[in-house]
Amino acid sequence: MAKIHGAVVVNTDRCKGCNLCVVACPSHVLDLQKKEVNDRGYHFAYMSNPEACIGCQSCAWVCPDACIEVYRVVEK
Amino acid sequence: MKGNEALAVAAIRYGADAYFGYPITPQSEVLETLEALKPWETTGMVVLQAESEVAAVNMVYAGAACGKTVLTSTSSPGFSLMQEGMSYMAASEVPALMINVMRGGPGLGTIHPSQADYFQACKGGGHGDYHAIVLAPSSVQEMVDFVALGWDLAFKYRCVSMILADGVVGQMMEKVVLPEQRPRRTEEEIRKLCPWAVTGRKDMRPRNVITSLELDDDIMEANNHRFQATYREIEKNETRCELINTEDCDYLIVAFGSPARISMKAMEMAREQGYKVGLARPITLWPFPVNQIREAAKNVKGILCVELATGQMIEDVKLAIECSKPVEHFGRLGGNVPAPDEILNALHEKFLDK
Amino acid sequence: MELNEIIRPENRVYKKPELLNDTHMHYCPGCSHGVVHKLVAQVIEEMGMQEKAIGVSPVGCAVFAYNYIDVDWLQAAHGRAPAMATAAKRLMPDKLVFTYQGDGDLAAIGTAETIHACNRAENITIIFINNAIYGMTGGQMAPTTLLGQKTATCPYGRRVDLNGYPLAIAPLLAQLDGTCYVTRQSVHTVANVRKTKAAIRKAFENSMKGLGTSVVEVVSTCNTGWKLIPEKANEWMVENMFAKYPLGDLKNKEE
Repeated sequence: MAKIHGAVVVNTDRCKGCNLCVVACPSHVLDLQKKEVNDRGYHFAYMSNPEACIGCQSCAWVCPDACIEVYRVVEK
Repeated sequence: MKGNEALAVAAIRYGADAYFGYPITPQSEVLETLEALKPWETTGMVVLQAESEVAAVNMVYAGAACGKTVLTSTSSPGFSLMQEGMSYMAASEVPALMINVMRGGPGLGTIHPSQADYFQACKGGGHGDYHAIVLAPSSVQEMVDFVALGWDLAFKYRCVSMILADGVVGQMMEKVVLPEQRPRRTEEEIRKLCPWAVTGRKDMRPRNVITSLELDDDIMEANNHRFQATYREIEKNETRCELINTEDCDYLIVAFGSPARISMKAMEMAREQGYKVGLARPITLWPFPVNQIREAAKNVKGILCVELATGQMIEDVKLAIECSKPVEHFGRLGGNVPAPDEILNALHEKFLDK
Repeated sequence: MELNEIIRPENRVYKKPELLNDTHMHYCPGCSHGVVHKLVAQVIEEMGMQEKAIGVSPVGCAVFAYNYIDVDWLQAAHGRAPAMATAAKRLMPDKLVFTYQGDGDLAAIGTAETIHACNRAENITIIFINNAIYGMTGGQMAPTTLLGQKTATCPYGRRVDLNGYPLAIAPLLAQLDGTCYVTRQSVHTVANVRKTKAAIRKAFENSMKGLGTSVVEVVSTCNTGWKLIPEKANEWMVENMFAKYPLGDLKNKEE
């Protein structure tokens, strides 16, 4: 069976930590930084559980600040 | 040709891209004439009856922001509604032509002639520090000529030009000489002449944005200084005034629009009686012809301002001569127009018989 | 598989549309405006209309849309965007002209301009963000504010006797002969975002085909104005807004 590997890259500078991507992710890949903040004081999103990412782009679609890029590899 | 019809024909001949307006007496013939002439079939000019003066002026704003040659016309109550767009256009530095064929106010007032929108036209009208060039025709020929002059000046200075006519000039019929038909500007010509215009990012040029909003106080202050610099330039270059018999006059009548024509007759009658009376007719009300009036008034004993208003232009006349001479007002109101002998009587009463 | 094997240009399946520039958007975290901006940019890009698109921005939070989407823009006085779009489209029929308006702009001060542009069948698209509140001015009551909803100008909740009813304007616009497509969408889930994107695409295509006016209402959140965190605002929207403003096509002339 084909295995799907995904990954997201968050533009941490642009992210406002709204948490909508975290909620939208079906695989619970994302989280907001607990302590670290960007230049404007936002706890930005990051992959806390990268292995679970399937590259479905849900996070990117709902992101209001267009700060998520999604990568996807289908291993046959 | 009727004054209002002349405006419509002159706009087509200039190569106008669009007219947006809303019917209101006494200038509805502008829109009616355009609809009857169907310029969209010949020059491609857009003619649209909007849902209100507010919508119409904002259509003009958009057309001007696109670098197009656009105009609207209205009468006093409608012009009040258009002040929103006037202010935005001034702030965005876009060229447009506005026409106000004045009727008597305040309120719904009367449909008959007036000049009571002088303050509104010349002193701002809308919010913020701005001016529009205000041209005051006193003949149907000038209705034609000032359409072209208005647009030329608007595009030269990226500002709003206004034709401020009274209802008499809008409604009266005279012979006119019309200019040749000019072609409308092509999109290429507009891109060249108005590189700032919203025309789409052809060849992915940097985007153009027409906005009046600027929340950075220093930039907004600088914008205002730039507007003012333009206004000073306009004041320097564009004041226009007709002077008649002012070389030797003891008394000066100052009047614009149709009262200037009636005052001319009163002046002639006074001269027949042996009084040396002259006439100054401001053609640009803003910028006001300060120097010309001051020069004409140098040796006079008194000035009579004749207006279809309670005395609005008189303030600018007093300022022009720095209150160095007696300045009196005579005017009819409520849509009434004075006869020449009424003006002559006023001259006698206020100056000659004193 | 290692991350550095996955994160390679050839594996990229989603990125920010280029037309959405790098300027930081001033919107609050989680604001629906950002999603809709992104969709507008994506659709213009996918249609290849970058050189022909002209947006008209409103007064309200989206006034600065022109700072983010890299096309030519006109900035309208409050409510007048449909009048400005009318002129731009009539003067340049080959351009893609759209307005982007909030509920106060479209359904209060600009009701006349909106209805008449739609009624004239102007070949423009109206993108209407309905979040039932005035965001930019600090959370005052909008024409679309729900009964009982608290805002800065109905602090005890909107009451019929004091404030009248919430205005559902899309059904009014759908009644007009000049509209060809009136739809109501939202952007709170992936599926809804995709549907909204398809709606914007359809609306823009209608405008270029000359079918009349298209209206895409996006029922949205204003989490700051509603005083909720973004995900709770989405929940509140689903629970409260959709009853008054149900999603779906109200009119689709082609069908």
